[in-house]
Amino acid sequence: MEPDREPRGTVTQREQSMVLNDVNMLYHIYASVPPLAQKLMMELQRKNHVEYLLRGLQQLGPSFCSLDANRPWICYWILHSMALLGEFIDADLEDRTIEFLSRCQDPNGGYGGGPGQMPHLATTYAAVNALISLGGEKSLSSINRSKVYTFLKCMKDPSGAFRMHDAGEIDVRACYTAISVASILNILDDELLQNVGNYILSCQTYEGGIAGEPGSEAHGGYTFCGLAAMILINEADRLDLDALIGWVVFRQGVEGGFQGRTNKLVDGCYSFWQGGVFALLRRFHSIIGESPTPVDQRGAECSIDNTQTTTASDVSEGDGSSDEISSQGDEHCHFQHREREPLFHSIALQRYLLLCSQDPGGGLRDKLRKPRDYYHTCYCLSGLSICQHSWLKDEDSSPLPHAVLGPYSNVLEPVHPVFNIVLDRYHEAHAFFSRS
Amino acid sequence: MESDEGDEQQQEAERLPLSQRPEWSDVTPIPQDDGPNPVVPIAYKPEFSETMSYFRAVYYSDERSSRSFQLTKEAICLNPGNYTVWHFRRQIIETLHTDLQDELAFVGRIAKSNSKNYQLWHHRRWVAEKLGTGAVNKELQFTKKMLSLDAKNYHAWSYRQWVLQALGGWEDELDYCQILLGEDIFNNSAWNQRYFVVTRSPLLGGLIAMRDSEVNFTIEAILGNPENESPWRYLRGLYKDDTESWINDPRISSVCLKVLSTKSNYVFALSTLLDLICHGFRPSEEFREAINALNTPDSGPLDSDLGRAICRVLECVDPLRCNYWLWRKSKLPLTVSSQ
Repeated sequence: MEPDREPRGTVTQREQSMVLNDVNMLYHIYASVPPLAQKLMMELQRKNHVEYLLRGLQQLGPSFCSLDANRPWICYWILHSMALLGEFIDADLEDRTIEFLSRCQDPNGGYGGGPGQMPHLATTYAAVNALISLGGEKSLSSINRSKVYTFLKCMKDPSGAFRMHDAGEIDVRACYTAISVASILNILDDELLQNVGNYILSCQTYEGGIAGEPGSEAHGGYTFCGLAAMILINEADRLDLDALIGWVVFRQGVEGGFQGRTNKLVDGCYSFWQGGVFALLRRFHSIIGESPTPVDQRGAECSIDNTQTTTASDVSEGDGSSDEISSQGDEHCHFQHREREPLFHSIALQRYLLLCSQDPGGGLRDKLRKPRDYYHTCYCLSGLSICQHSWLKDEDSSPLPHAVLGPYSNVLEPVHPVFNIVLDRYHEAHAFFSRS
Repeated sequence: MESDEGDEQQQEAERLPLSQRPEWSDVTPIPQDDGPNPVVPIAYKPEFSETMSYFRAVYYSDERSSRSFQLTKEAICLNPGNYTVWHFRRQIIETLHTDLQDELAFVGRIAKSNSKNYQLWHHRRWVAEKLGTGAVNKELQFTKKMLSLDAKNYHAWSYRQWVLQALGGWEDELDYCQILLGEDIFNNSAWNQRYFVVTRSPLLGGLIAMRDSEVNFTIEAILGNPENESPWRYLRGLYKDDTESWINDPRISSVCLKVLSTKSNYVFALSTLLDLICHGFRPSEEFREAINALNTPDSGPLDSDLGRAICRVLECVDPLRCNYWLWRKSKLPLTVSSQ
């Protein structure tokens, strides 16, 4: 229409080029500053992140009215971020968190977005993960598991999928949050997992990723949810994993970060949703281990579990070893060439997270020019942890120095990628809920 | 999870506190049970706290009245993410049989500033389902309007697909995709919608009937912008569950060859060719020559096996995915020369 004034290209091209300009400019600045300044730029500003996180736990401003139905989420984003940073919450705050989340627990089971709100699967997932991230007997025992089970049963749709809340929407998110909660609380049974795999399978698209609903577009968040749920119910093999991997590797862009969908913009939160997919596949699925010359005859046992899934404990017990996410299998599982390196570019992603997503004043964000928030802080840090530990054959050992971008003090706690809970809190919860 | 202030907050300027409204004088507001020392406490604005306290009063007593209905509107404007309020509003609508067209208009106003909120789209589905096939045109128009603001709005697309499947209105959908792709050929959501229409429209005869013309359309899009991933993925999708036809359709391998011969933006062409070979495609000498012509000095002499040679080139020209291409190479059958 106004050919002189109209910038070149389509909307997609113009938006992409603006983001790329910002990122390139920053990378250029980084390359041109003295080594000492570079070191500072690449450093995870732990102190500022902790300060930002603790402030939110204590008080949120009026703009958070829009998240008034997501308060367990805010708890999880903050507490999981703190756990990733290796920080502990003082006893007073811990008690207050348990007390507050108990008030979000519905008398008939499940957790709502705040006291007195209807129970919702997403906030139930967030509350359970927050309490596990907190850890300790008092926190874990505050969860009414039998009531949660009742709630999950009510959310189960005849199709096999789950609804987010009473008469709420059905999607892959609902399936994941339900299965994740049931699994970690050791209340997953045949009735809950019946046909849920069929629904998730119907959401894998022609692109290879997974959509929120059948027919929708492949999307990073739903791909993580779908794959993680399929792993938990031991049906990941039913997905076209070659296509899924072929899709997700192309979601990493020249900025180093991941986009959520084809031809969309990079966003720091997909560091976890997409980066986590690699962690899921590497740790739990034998496909990555298919090597032309198998290193070990145990190849076939590399998946999370080769027994029929009946309960959550079965899912995580693996072949009976005490270490559920068996690093034993993993060692032999990985492809031979460049053994243990992840299939995505971990260093490029860390660079994006530290330079572009990190707000040096505390907190992390989607991209440059965007404000920090607790959601992005949680998922950017989770993604950073995934990167740092992505080389490891054994999650109990420390990352190799060359796997960590910036000073070694940047290293975060490792996470259990299926639940996105710091690994030792997962072990604690798993032991606790296996006992009771 | 994202939300902004609803535009109906304009009214907030002259808002009379509920405690001063005569029609609410008989109701005792119920404050939120946050406990003495909550974490993540929100510094609520006074009207937010008050509205929610009155909401709790009517919600807990299950008062499905017209004043409750009005109140849900105020509460939704203050926080459109509160699914409990939306849920209660539906229960009231069921009881009072309020006007559903008005309801669509209300949702439309909320959508203006909260287009990525799960609740309003779910609510709209519920209303449109009640209205039935008569709502088709309005709903297709509505999503079209939302997509004109953001052509990749995930919720809007999901909703549109639901409308088509539940209520119909497929007639112009392929044209609509065509228009959107004409505006932005990189719009992957429009490609996805095209796939949805081609595979699911009851009017077009299905994927196999549509394949031929779709392949031509897609190849044209690829040749226009070979760096555009969307049509490459779409092209593969057209042969989903029919790999045999895919490797045997000469148009597929020849579009790869065409792009390779330009020596620019050829990552997807190489990647597609690799997939073809992995599935049994037998490349002719032309392909070998095209690959050899791409060889960079630093990649060394290329393997005589074409699959391995492609991986080697990709390792160099697509360094971000270097490990992936190495892994793909490790998965290639360890055969002797492909010749």
